[in-house]
Amino acid sequence: MDVTADRSTGARKSEQKARLQGLDRETLIGLYYQMLLCRRFEEKSAESYSAGKIGGFCHLYIGQEAVAVGAISAIRSDDYVLTSYRDHAHALAKGMSPESVMAELYGKAGGCSGGKGGSMHMFDKDVNFLGGHAIVGGQIPLATGVAFASKYQGTDKVTLCFFGEAAVNQGAFHESLNMAQLWKLPCIYICENNQYGMGTSLERAMSLQDISQKACAYEIAGEFVDGMDVLAVREATGRAVERARQQSLPTLLEVRTYRFMGHSMSDPGKYRTRAEIEKHQERDPLKLFSETLKETETMSENEFAEMDKKVRAEVAEALRFADESPEPDPEELYTNVYANPIGRNAADE
Amino acid sequence: MAVITMRDALNQALREELHRDGDVFLMGEEVAEYQGAYKVTKGLLQEFGPKRVIDTPITELGFAGLGVGAAMVGLRPIVEFMTFNFSILATDQIINSAAKMLYMSGGQFKIPIVFRGPGGSAFQVSSQHSQALESWYAYFPGLKVVMPSTPADAKGLLKSAIRDDDPVIFIEQERMYGYKGEVPEDEDFIIPLGVADVKREGKDATIVARSLMVPAALKAAEELEKQGLSCEVIDPRTIRPLDIDTIIKSVKKTNRVVVAEESHPFCGVAAEISAEITERAFDYLDAPVRRVSGIDVPMPYAKNLENLAIPGFAQIVEAVREVAYL
Repeated sequence: MDVTADRSTGARKSEQKARLQGLDRETLIGLYYQMLLCRRFEEKSAESYSAGKIGGFCHLYIGQEAVAVGAISAIRSDDYVLTSYRDHAHALAKGMSPESVMAELYGKAGGCSGGKGGSMHMFDKDVNFLGGHAIVGGQIPLATGVAFASKYQGTDKVTLCFFGEAAVNQGAFHESLNMAQLWKLPCIYICENNQYGMGTSLERAMSLQDISQKACAYEIAGEFVDGMDVLAVREATGRAVERARQQSLPTLLEVRTYRFMGHSMSDPGKYRTRAEIEKHQERDPLKLFSETLKETETMSENEFAEMDKKVRAEVAEALRFADESPEPDPEELYTNVYANPIGRNAADE
Repeated sequence: MAVITMRDALNQALREELHRDGDVFLMGEEVAEYQGAYKVTKGLLQEFGPKRVIDTPITELGFAGLGVGAAMVGLRPIVEFMTFNFSILATDQIINSAAKMLYMSGGQFKIPIVFRGPGGSAFQVSSQHSQALESWYAYFPGLKVVMPSTPADAKGLLKSAIRDDDPVIFIEQERMYGYKGEVPEDEDFIIPLGVADVKREGKDATIVARSLMVPAALKAAEELEKQGLSCEVIDPRTIRPLDIDTIIKSVKKTNRVVVAEESHPFCGVAAEISAEITERAFDYLDAPVRRVSGIDVPMPYAKNLENLAIPGFAQIVEAVREVAYL
């Protein structure tokens, strides 16, 4: 599917306007704001990492913002989200504060996980963000279980499970989708196909590369989505949410996207060309959506500038909070190993 | 008190806890319609229905992870592994998800799950079906590991495990499912985790034994009594967290210890117990801590070879005599 085809300006403009129908200005601006916040947050995380303020692994989401933001905009606050270690944007999109995420990156007590998780393990029970998981594909059975529980408990909550295309090769993916369809679980599996599993391209890792086609192996509803188009992601997710809520059935969405940065901050990026990255940057999701908002006169140039100022200030505040937050108390080394510490574990705590 | 089998005691525990708490559910291979591969879950589907007693596909990693996810949002799953040998497929979810979720989320997501099933040897089921994996699981902070040796312990401990808010690895023993014992009929009968049991009092030597080795240890103690040695037999019951205090108290009294297990010796639970005794009660020991373990080979099929691989009361008697320098 060639998603970079040229279209005439006129046709495009009326198409854009049609796409926006039904969505109020506040929602549209909110989508852009969220994407911009994710973008500026990740940019600053990269800087902080290079300055030694963030340690370990740091997997940035730059280029993929439309996926997390678009999909999460289609669910309720009481619905659940799980994702991989590339989780900063999902955390923000689900409603976690930039302060708590940045402080967690800095390994501080004010971090959402008390500094005990780090970049790959953002969690926030209050906004139903269930992590942050570092083993590729590990979140897929977990999300399936969360969906199982929602159904068991008699609610109509749905669960979004994000993972990369490389995770599709894990047995856990296969096992989970089989159970989800067999038991009719309200789980929406969102494969963020950014076309590279670390340094390995999709072509080098996967025999059947059309991931949405794999859905038929489980009799699951499957759809292919242009992941650089935040409204397309939102709409497709909306259809899947409907299916989950009304029929308690799962969906597999293959969302084609691209990451502009390396796999992580340590990635020298020798497996793809500068030219390839730049080509994909022409379809930067923020660029595409801002063009739509401008062409439909939803937002003015001035408003864009104001918004960027506001977002940068929000991120600056998060950086300040993270800097000033104290390190975890040494005693925290021993806490929360067990919910019910017993015997010598109780003594240790 | 009723005298019932280990199998029935476990069945009662499951039934009572399923009644008590609607968030508890059971899943695993053949647990429902087949009535359980070892009949531990017999009758539960009929009583509680398919919502609460669930047959899974053969998909250990998947359903273990599904259980952990369900536990994250308030359910209390009991996941049966037909045998713990098959749990090896699920270890990523047990270790990287269940054991670590509470810690790495900064205390936000507890995982009140029980992984249960038989572990250790059976009868000629060969190397892939005979593994004792408790020291593997006991290695991980965040997990609790429980091994009952009597029907009463099995019932009381399983009820506690189900009520516990942490992931519990509950290892039964297939050879012991038919063993009978007295079990209190009170539905509130529970045995707390983390508490060892002195199965027999004595003063000349301590035998620490778990699971299959407990009856062997008790038989050894009877034999040794005739030989003039009074043995104290301690069953830890919970491997992690280990009630080392009860063991140390005994060692301080007897000054001689044998630790018996059917598992391999290298990096086994007896190695851990031995190290802890040496650290805490060195001055009380009149002999090194001696381990009686299964032979350090994969389990063979041939009946005679299998019998050689698993220790029995005779090896325990010999070991006690060794530490008594007889």
